[in-house]
Amino acid sequence: MAESSSDTGPAVAPTARSGTHTLVWMLRMAWRDSRSSRRRILVFVSSMVLGVASLVAINSFGLNLRSAVDEQARTLLGADLSVESGRPIPDSVETIIERIGGAQSRRTSFSSMAVFTRSGETRLATVRAMQEGFPWYGAIETDPPEASRDWIARGAALVDKSLMQQFALSVGDSVRIGRNTYVIAGRLLKTPRESSAVSLFSPRIYIPLAGVDMELLERGSRAEYEVYFKFDDSRDVEAMVDTLGPQLRSARIGFDTVEESRENWNSALTNLYQFLGLVGFMALLLGSLGVASSIHVYIRQRIDTIAVLRCFGARTWPTFGVYLLQAVAMGIVGASAGAVAGVALQLALPALLTDLIPVEVGFEVAWSAVFAGAGVGVAVTVLFALLPLLAVRRVSPLHAIRASVETASAATRDPLRMGVLALIAASVVILGILQAPAPLFGLAYAATLAVVFGCLAGVARLLVYLVRRYVPVSAPYVVRQGLSNLHRPNNQTLLLMLALGLGTFLIALMSVTETTLVRQVSLSGGEDRPNLVFFDIQRDQAGGVEDLVRSGGLPVLERVPIVTMRLASVKGRSVAEIRADSAMSITWPFTREYRSSFRAELTVSEKVVEGAFEGTAEPGETVFPVSAEKDIAADLGVSLGDTLVWDVQGVSVPTVITSIREVDWRQVQTNFFFVFATGVLEQAPQFSVILTRAPNDSTSAVIQQSVVRAYPNVSAIDVSLVLDVFDAIFSRIEFVIRFMALFSVLTGFLVLVGAMVSSRTQRIEETVLLKTLGASRRQVLLIMSTEYLALGTLAAATGVILAVACGWLLAVLVYEAPLALDGAALSAITGGVILTVLAIGATSSRAVYRKPALEVLRAET
Amino acid sequence: MPRVLSVQQLSKTFPSGGRPLDVLRDITFDLDDQDTCAIVGPSGSGKTTLLGLAAGLDRPTSGEVVLCGEHMSGLGEDERAGVRNRFVGFVFQSFRLIPTLTARENVRVPAELRGDGNVARRAADLLDSVGLGDRMDHYPAQLSGGEQQRVALARAFINRPRILFADEPTGNLDADTGGHIVELLFELNRTAGTTLVLVTHDLELAARTGRIIRLRGGAVVEDFSTTVVPPAIAESGSGR
Repeated sequence: MAESSSDTGPAVAPTARSGTHTLVWMLRMAWRDSRSSRRRILVFVSSMVLGVASLVAINSFGLNLRSAVDEQARTLLGADLSVESGRPIPDSVETIIERIGGAQSRRTSFSSMAVFTRSGETRLATVRAMQEGFPWYGAIETDPPEASRDWIARGAALVDKSLMQQFALSVGDSVRIGRNTYVIAGRLLKTPRESSAVSLFSPRIYIPLAGVDMELLERGSRAEYEVYFKFDDSRDVEAMVDTLGPQLRSARIGFDTVEESRENWNSALTNLYQFLGLVGFMALLLGSLGVASSIHVYIRQRIDTIAVLRCFGARTWPTFGVYLLQAVAMGIVGASAGAVAGVALQLALPALLTDLIPVEVGFEVAWSAVFAGAGVGVAVTVLFALLPLLAVRRVSPLHAIRASVETASAATRDPLRMGVLALIAASVVILGILQAPAPLFGLAYAATLAVVFGCLAGVARLLVYLVRRYVPVSAPYVVRQGLSNLHRPNNQTLLLMLALGLGTFLIALMSVTETTLVRQVSLSGGEDRPNLVFFDIQRDQAGGVEDLVRSGGLPVLERVPIVTMRLASVKGRSVAEIRADSAMSITWPFTREYRSSFRAELTVSEKVVEGAFEGTAEPGETVFPVSAEKDIAADLGVSLGDTLVWDVQGVSVPTVITSIREVDWRQVQTNFFFVFATGVLEQAPQFSVILTRAPNDSTSAVIQQSVVRAYPNVSAIDVSLVLDVFDAIFSRIEFVIRFMALFSVLTGFLVLVGAMVSSRTQRIEETVLLKTLGASRRQVLLIMSTEYLALGTLAAATGVILAVACGWLLAVLVYEAPLALDGAALSAITGGVILTVLAIGATSSRAVYRKPALEVLRAET
Repeated sequence: MPRVLSVQQLSKTFPSGGRPLDVLRDITFDLDDQDTCAIVGPSGSGKTTLLGLAAGLDRPTSGEVVLCGEHMSGLGEDERAGVRNRFVGFVFQSFRLIPTLTARENVRVPAELRGDGNVARRAADLLDSVGLGDRMDHYPAQLSGGEQQRVALARAFINRPRILFADEPTGNLDADTGGHIVELLFELNRTAGTTLVLVTHDLELAARTGRIIRLRGGAVVEDFSTTVVPPAIAESGSGR
């Protein structure tokens, strides 16, 4: 429009003035045109609210988390500098430590069996033997709070709250570590350096370093020796570690500064919230699809208006602009509502993630995250809305005088439509990459979404095709009519399949993954496999432990000797040389401490893939046969026939690789990277692991208690414990992911409601016609129920099948475990989705049926 | 008299069942300023197609339409829209008011489209002149059929069109209401000095125009001045 008002001017003469007029007209028309539909538009946009809310909440929380980590970096480490060693700190390093000065506090951590003296029950725990001082920054939080102040002075212990709960312990009870007994002064709630989730793997018990049973440290158990520094001077710690670093590293001493600690936490926590953001992003995509579909129906209902505008001289793009402005407004309203909801949701996140984060996260609205989330929401909504909006360009003014004129023909070949589709695909990939912890992750995410969307869309099309072709004529009318609704003009079968199917897929995938992992752990302890392992058994204790196991009526399934060693040279090059080689990016396999064993044959969890396993060293051999695990051989770059020289606690042992093994690490079994032939290591300092099988938990507990009582340094772990730990960790993570997946599921239902609202006019017309022709309320309800039952069933079944397929891929490629399914859980998910769809459908149908026929018929004229 | 509409050897073919269907064949006529003309014919004779082509709503397969000096065949969709906005008014059988706009806003739409915002007075006057001065802020759903068509008439004249195309303007109305609308239509037309093209099957209505073009099978079978009405006109129709 905006032509010159002169009657004799050129046909089209756009001017600056006309540009302003065009915009004003577009705005005015967009506002007026939305009048009768604003409530409906609110329902449309509600489907994108949750997606934006989750993005805003997660990213805003993430920024708060980052600033909390930055602010509380010192309390994360608890010190200005920490120095740690996997063995007692050598004298040479002690000299360096002395030279560093400052205030120092020591901590020694090791695994040990804890015996709760009141009940006699035992549990493997991480023991932290501590001196006064640490943490220099931040505080240990306990219940009661005063326990954290004087527990060391009182010679008491602090015990993890989860452990206290599990064993029904109270403050004032006692716990025995080694040969020493400690009164429990308080529950351990929070400590610097570790999130509460750590206690799920191995619950912690704090005891004073001064009173520790030294035999526990001397006999077998691996310990971590740490020194925590606090500097009152303003020294440059980073510069200091730059100077001292080489000396410490050469002595195999690790160190941590505030800066390093901050970076590590930041990177780990960023990964966490970005991953959660991806789940939220999925809800946004789903919501945008819902908005686009609603706009599709909305535009169909506006064709008359568009045609009239075109008759009176409205040009193509300004007319398109009217509806684009409405879509933008929808996006802005939805995104704003989502942003507000996101800020509210952000308040809930710290509680949700409390066990996974190590810092107190305050509440502050991160405006950058709010605007970014809302911006992404508007952009994605408008992008998706463009697809149906493009049809506006094709509305012919002829439609005003002839209703039968087709308007959207050749839409599939429309280059603009292709362009918009490409833009959507590119945006999803780019946003996926930006939101993902790693670019590859983002790409995989986008690819998975494409496959899932593609499959759901394929099933939807197949459903429409099958219903169109194969619904039996003999079926009752209500069934035929209900199924026909799936392929009526303006049907939303595809959209609802996507929305409901994706929601079901997410929930079912969680279930499949959980079942597979739990079954994997359970199976590994099944049948005649060992399910109870005693370790850290010294040479002189092995016979005694075996006797105790046998006297408890349990078999000794295996006794495995373990010798600790390090690599001295690989293929003739010393490890020192290899470490100095800057071209070697991974040095860990060269420098780590190996725990190896020797035996004459393979175990059930091993398979030779190259060479032949040599179980016995021939007398007189000077280079001994050794078998290498496949992956570590690859990491070391060694193969059959290569030589490795070992430093076995000061003694040089030359070996040659005679076989490469594949090892199933998931078995409850002692597995090793390197297995020596017998006749080589028998005389080396060693300890043992004994494997047995207890018929039930109580027998297992009794045996554990008797062994720990007799040999306090010996630790035990059983499959049920592994399962408990696994369950605890998984349920915690699962809860968080499920919470985020819920957004997609709820969005799916909102899309369903939106679809029903947008097709309401059509449904009312049909229902009125049916009522006029004599259909009863029951028949109308049955028709709609049939439609939604078919839709819900197909969507839920497709979602579950896709989840099983995806779960199978994960099982094979990631977990390397057989797929396990929980039929009851999957049935419950399927049933739940179908029932919800039916409930929403029935509610909508009732409202539609109540519409008076006369009112509708009059409106038709 | 300046020429307002010139239709020369106009043909329109649609594909139908895989074969071309000639809907209009070789139509030629001219209309000058203030002429009034009715296009009549049975259903399917091509009346509405002819109106659409003459008003620049569609493009002919061959032939030429010159509307107010603009050669419509050479213009793009938006350029034709511009011509319509400046020169053309429309009245439709089913009123075609925009349901989300009040009567006053519906009337103002064509003026607003050309960027003319100062039409409040004129819109009010037009609505007054069609007897709806007290219903200006009502929505179409709150108006009867006759009232809606009166709003459509006011809308058709808001831009002072040089030519008005009316497609069965009384087709959806009862006889009394239709009669009243026809009176209004001719009165407004006379006052504004607009050229009028009327598609109708109502011969009484057609006879009020100065010229009648009768179509059959897509071709003009009669074209005459209404000073003498040939007795052959006995058919009516409302379709193509």
